[in-house]
Amino acid sequence: MTLARLPSAVTGWLLATPLALVLGFFLVLPILMIVTVSFWTATEWSYGPDFNLENYVFLLTSPVTLQVYIKTFTYVLLSWFFCLTIGFTVAFFLAFHVRSLVWQVALFLLCTIPFWTSNIIRMISWIPFLGRNGLANSTLIELGLIDAPLEWLLFSDFAVVLAFVHLYTLFMVVPIFNTMMRIDRSLIEAARDAGASGFQILTNVIIPLTKPGIMIGSIFVVTLVMGDFITVRFMSGGNSASVGRVISNEIALLQYPAAAASAVVLLITVLIIIAAMLRAVDIRREL
Amino acid sequence: MTDEPTRISTKGPSRRQLLGGAAAAATATAFPAPMIWAQNIKDITLRQFGTGVSNLNDVAVKVKEDLGFTLEMTALDSDSVTQRAATQPDSFDIADIEYWICKKVWPAGNLQAMDVSRIALYDKIVPLFKTGKLTPESTIAQGTAPHTVGFVEGPGSNTFVQEESGWMTLIPTIYNADTLGIRPDLINRPISNWSELLNPEFRGKASLLDISAIGIMDMAMVCESMGEITYGDKGNMTRAEIDKTIGIFTEAKKAGQFRAFWKSFDESVNLMASGEVVIQSMWSPAITAVKSKGIPCVYQPLEEGYRSWGGGIGLSKNLSGLELDAAYEYINWYLSGWVGGYLMRQGYYSAVPETSKNFMSADEWGFWFEGKPAQGEIVNPQGVTMEQPGSTRDGGSFYERMGAVACWNAVMDENLYMVRKWNEFIAA
Repeated sequence: MTLARLPSAVTGWLLATPLALVLGFFLVLPILMIVTVSFWTATEWSYGPDFNLENYVFLLTSPVTLQVYIKTFTYVLLSWFFCLTIGFTVAFFLAFHVRSLVWQVALFLLCTIPFWTSNIIRMISWIPFLGRNGLANSTLIELGLIDAPLEWLLFSDFAVVLAFVHLYTLFMVVPIFNTMMRIDRSLIEAARDAGASGFQILTNVIIPLTKPGIMIGSIFVVTLVMGDFITVRFMSGGNSASVGRVISNEIALLQYPAAAASAVVLLITVLIIIAAMLRAVDIRREL
Repeated sequence: MTDEPTRISTKGPSRRQLLGGAAAAATATAFPAPMIWAQNIKDITLRQFGTGVSNLNDVAVKVKEDLGFTLEMTALDSDSVTQRAATQPDSFDIADIEYWICKKVWPAGNLQAMDVSRIALYDKIVPLFKTGKLTPESTIAQGTAPHTVGFVEGPGSNTFVQEESGWMTLIPTIYNADTLGIRPDLINRPISNWSELLNPEFRGKASLLDISAIGIMDMAMVCESMGEITYGDKGNMTRAEIDKTIGIFTEAKKAGQFRAFWKSFDESVNLMASGEVVIQSMWSPAITAVKSKGIPCVYQPLEEGYRSWGGGIGLSKNLSGLELDAAYEYINWYLSGWVGGYLMRQGYYSAVPETSKNFMSADEWGFWFEGKPAQGEIVNPQGVTMEQPGSTRDGGSFYERMGAVACWNAVMDENLYMVRKWNEFIAA
């Protein structure tokens, strides 16, 4: 019996089954487990099934929660802003200034070279560079620009945002470059023929047509920064806490139910942000 | 949580290569391997788990060699150790845990008390673990002092007793006294009190470890030294004491006192070696790691004394028959000196120092235990040079260091409250 002989409804179901199973098993089920565990109780070294809201009550009434969310949003906004500015500029250069496809591909690959190493390594390599006796400070002192080492270069919010921007700008470059390459060049010629200046072409033609790419890149950056814990810990020297760090602390202290509750709240927050972003731009329609 | 990470690398030369053949022969006659076993001993496998400090592959290799049976080692972080000891009794035969973890997990009933009449060297175990007093004149330190959770009423009992009952919970394996580490070349003046950690002179150049159970104790040492708080028991604070302690440190944190907070051993080494930090909580092997880079670093003895920690091995409730016999044999072997010598050459102390002496050179013994100047180079078990001739151990001899313990790592009744306050401190 071949597939063609089956009614089309059955074929459709069969074709959808593998993906549904994979997603169900590896995505939906784990999330359901996390939601379930978030209602459990825990002692210092054990946890067990229960239904109580204590984890949520503590989480939503603790002043720490508000503090870490404000901190996390600050990181998200700053990282997103710089990733977007740099990412858009790089993509614009690649798509419109570099004329030959060979060079475009070559330069694009160049952008990805740092990603051949682990992102932890890329992050940690900033530490000796920015440190009190690091390259940045000793160069500035030798140039006579500063007298004493700048303390805020390392183990500060500056360092955290710098690392995020370094780590995640490529996630902005790729989708923006991709959408820019699909822009019909005759639209730009038409705009120029109609007397638009370079800046007008940028704001009236290129940016509106690049929106889906910007939005996809933004979703990458926002979700990655919202869920991060290791960058914040290393680059702030443990001085700042983000939502991800709170969860990782709770896991280390065997407070799995509390960690699960924090994760659920984080997940809901991120979903709300993404829903809001998708309202602004309909990615599906514009792709 | 309180594990002192080991500097041991399993890639180093094996103990056999390092231990001269003659020395091995001599010690083998002094401590003959027990011969009471028939062939079936070789079929026994004991599963040991614990923190990385004393869960050394070299020990497993030596056990196979000396005793004939197999010891499987699993190294975990101390949170996982606690959880496994409390909830998975079938997954291990021997638990290598710290005393404060013992306080938490013994009531779960997964470990069995040991009959001290089967421990050959019981009488020689340092009295610190039996009475809490290093010498008869010593005072007992605060916190979870090992002797307070070292004995139970009898086999099968879950109640700790304060005197030597003949039934021991853990056989001590490894312990040390911790203090602050400093960079003498960047401080240029004597440091002699814990309160210096919050001295504004070191603003932006101090660090504290971000492991709540130990960090809170270091904080308490500082607050007491500042004269801000007098604790009933630093190892078991009241909520008011926790609030005040964290309050003082939060204020200092907001004023920019701390450069960073570290969680892993390597981070503490890097902070110190790079000069980002000049004074911080530190662990003994981290000091030697900084020194081995040629950077001066001192494990500064302080007037208020040390914060101490200790670990020991306990037996699973499920052990019986030949396996239980093998476990006792293992414990007796553990105390007989080879492991002790190995650990002492890393800067830790062993439960029966006098047997460890047989496995150390006179110079090593003098340096590590007696606090005497090194005659030649002092090398660790892997053969890496740790100290140059003429240097002495920071803090001096065993009796000077362990005699000045102010408190032991502990688990508080208000632990959950403390952890929450700690998280607020880090987020502040």
